[in-house]
Amino acid sequence: MNRGFTWFNGVSLVLGFGFLYLPILLLIVYSFNESKLVTVWAGFSTKWYGALLENQGLLDAAWVTFRVAFVSSTVATILGLVAGLMLSRFGAFRGRVLFSGMIYAPLVMPEVITGLSLLLMFVAISFDRGFVTVTIAHITFSMCYVAVVVQSRLISFDRSIEEAAMDLGCPPGRTFLLITLPVIMPAIVSGWLLSFTLSLDDLVIASFTTGPGATTLPMKIYSQVRLGVTPEINAVSTILVGIVAVGVVIASVLAKRDEARRAQDERLAAAAP
Amino acid sequence: MTEAGGAPRHKTVEPWNDPGQSPYIQIAGVSKRFGAFVAVDNVSVDIFKGEFFALLGPSGCGKTTLLRMLAGFEEPSQGRIMLEGEDMSTVPPYQRPVNMMFQSYALFPHMTVESNIAFGLKQDRVPKDEIVRRVAEMIQLVQLDDFAKRKPHQLSGGQRQRVALARSLVKKPKMLLLDEPLGALDKKLREQTQFELMNIQEELGITFVIVTHDQEEAMTVSSRIAVMDHGRIIQVATPAEIYEYPNSRYVAEFIGDVNTLEGRITQLGTDFIEIKSAQAACRIRAGHGVEAPVGGAVWVAIRPEKLNISVTPPDDTSVNCMRGEVWDIGYLGNLSIYHVRLESGQMVTSCLTNQTRLVERAITWEDSVYLTWAPSSCVVLTG
Ligand SMILES: Nc1ncnc2c1ncn2[C@@H]1O[C@H](COP(=O)(O)OP(=O)(O)OP(=O)(O)O)[C@@H](O)[C@H]1O
Ligand SMILES: [Mg+2]
Repeated sequence: MNRGFTWFNGVSLVLGFGFLYLPILLLIVYSFNESKLVTVWAGFSTKWYGALLENQGLLDAAWVTFRVAFVSSTVATILGLVAGLMLSRFGAFRGRVLFSGMIYAPLVMPEVITGLSLLLMFVAISFDRGFVTVTIAHITFSMCYVAVVVQSRLISFDRSIEEAAMDLGCPPGRTFLLITLPVIMPAIVSGWLLSFTLSLDDLVIASFTTGPGATTLPMKIYSQVRLGVTPEINAVSTILVGIVAVGVVIASVLAKRDEARRAQDERLAAAAP
Repeated sequence: MTEAGGAPRHKTVEPWNDPGQSPYIQIAGVSKRFGAFVAVDNVSVDIFKGEFFALLGPSGCGKTTLLRMLAGFEEPSQGRIMLEGEDMSTVPPYQRPVNMMFQSYALFPHMTVESNIAFGLKQDRVPKDEIVRRVAEMIQLVQLDDFAKRKPHQLSGGQRQRVALARSLVKKPKMLLLDEPLGALDKKLREQTQFELMNIQEELGITFVIVTHDQEEAMTVSSRIAVMDHGRIIQVATPAEIYEYPNSRYVAEFIGDVNTLEGRITQLGTDFIEIKSAQAACRIRAGHGVEAPVGGAVWVAIRPEKLNISVTPPDDTSVNCMRGEVWDIGYLGNLSIYHVRLESGQMVTSCLTNQTRLVERAITWEDSVYLTWAPSSCVVLTG
């Protein structure tokens, strides 16, 4: 571990991170460009961020995206929590293996397939496509992420604290609310943040399942870029990157802190004779 | 150490010997199997109101499992548990008048010490000011005044143990189950807490069932001890009976130190037995009858403190007298332990209270010594 700095480490670090972040960095830098031409630097300016506020199309799309993300991540969190609880708590019920396999499947399913199948379903039941269908689609693919996060938290959950609560006169339902839920809350919150950012990001599934009047921000950006990149797009993308980054950072910090605390708990518990 | 307030303790009440008393808890033929593994094997025992009942046994012998069945977390695979004559099998843990202190403490990680202790009272909808008062009392009892606002992960092992203890005590249940409640405490605090437990038990008339590894603790606090092995109860008796009259070699060796000598019965008298043991190289006379025929293999158990050690031979060296050489001496301050090698090669220990100063001690290494004991102070065991 403590090998210190070597040229090899340095070069691979720069190359790796450059590869990952240079494009995004460029995008951010050019969003502050004075010039209208994206490839020519003409001095620092925040005018494109101001211009965003006047672009009704982009604002509408942002509002739709935000609502979709909020509603879908909330519903997905509830459903994912229930699924995660089922998988880790109810022992070997009939079809458990199948169910747990099925909950993981959307994680690896190509988005195009998910999008297409959802589209086919909405068409089959002749459901009008729009806000609701995008939201349902986003719930579908993000609830499995929540289920995975919650389940992995519950695996290391010390059930004796639930027993202790019941022993002290707390019925099972209340025990869940007062003990289990608060303890696994960091995992739930990070699951919610994860599905929120996934929903913000999504282009493919939204394109398949949306209808008139429900254009999401990624879709809007994509369609505008085809007409030519403008600094406005750079600006809105920068904001999106910011929100996603904040969400992911908070989610991972929460998970890390929870993990560290549990590790400490275990260390102390083991130290007790 | 807190003072033992008022009158001295009376421990003469023995409800288990009183046929008129009905037991508070009846454990009737209870077994618990995990798959093919038998964790608790056909245990039957009655526990009476106000008892301080200790479960003692090596790790993995089923103590926690038995306790969890009393608390309602495990269902017996067989047999019944009755509380005041009522079958408990359908009563869920949160409705049993029983509180348990968990071996793993099981503190609520998201609550402070105070809220942990107050939790049980809140479930009973005890008025707020009473909760505050009782929690404060408890915190003081377990000496956690400085830590009331901390969360469990900010406490040491011993401090957590005290929180767990306070949390289970605060509701003053009819029965308290303690799973190794004092294991992580240092000696002084442990003795003090043992004392407090005994006081609380006497004041409130709570029935305690305590699990422990520590035989000394079991001897100190309990009214009766159940010695367990591999899921079975080997003997249930008062601490003194367990110590003086163990019913098996297992119990004799588990509780305290003991010298066991193998032999065969040569004579069965009306109030004595005589045994010949190659290890002892003398006739052994014991005062207690056993159910074994002449010629049957037995073990004679003698506690180290009941073996007198002396450099001068007694009048009669043919009965209850072994000769040997002092192999090693352990000086424990108040006691000296002599490890003596008998002529047969068998090692035995004898211990003597140090009434005189160390320098004046008459017996030393490689001395040839005589070990003698009274017929009434050894126990003959058949298994
Ligand atoms: N849920 C379970 N499933 C399978 N086996 C179990 C389970 N709980 C306990 N056991 C087994 O039952 C036996 C008794 O366990 P128990 O916890 O009662 O031991 P103990 O006497 O309390 O030991 P210790 O003094 O180490 O706490 C052990 O061998 C243990 O492995
Ligand atoms: Mg145990």
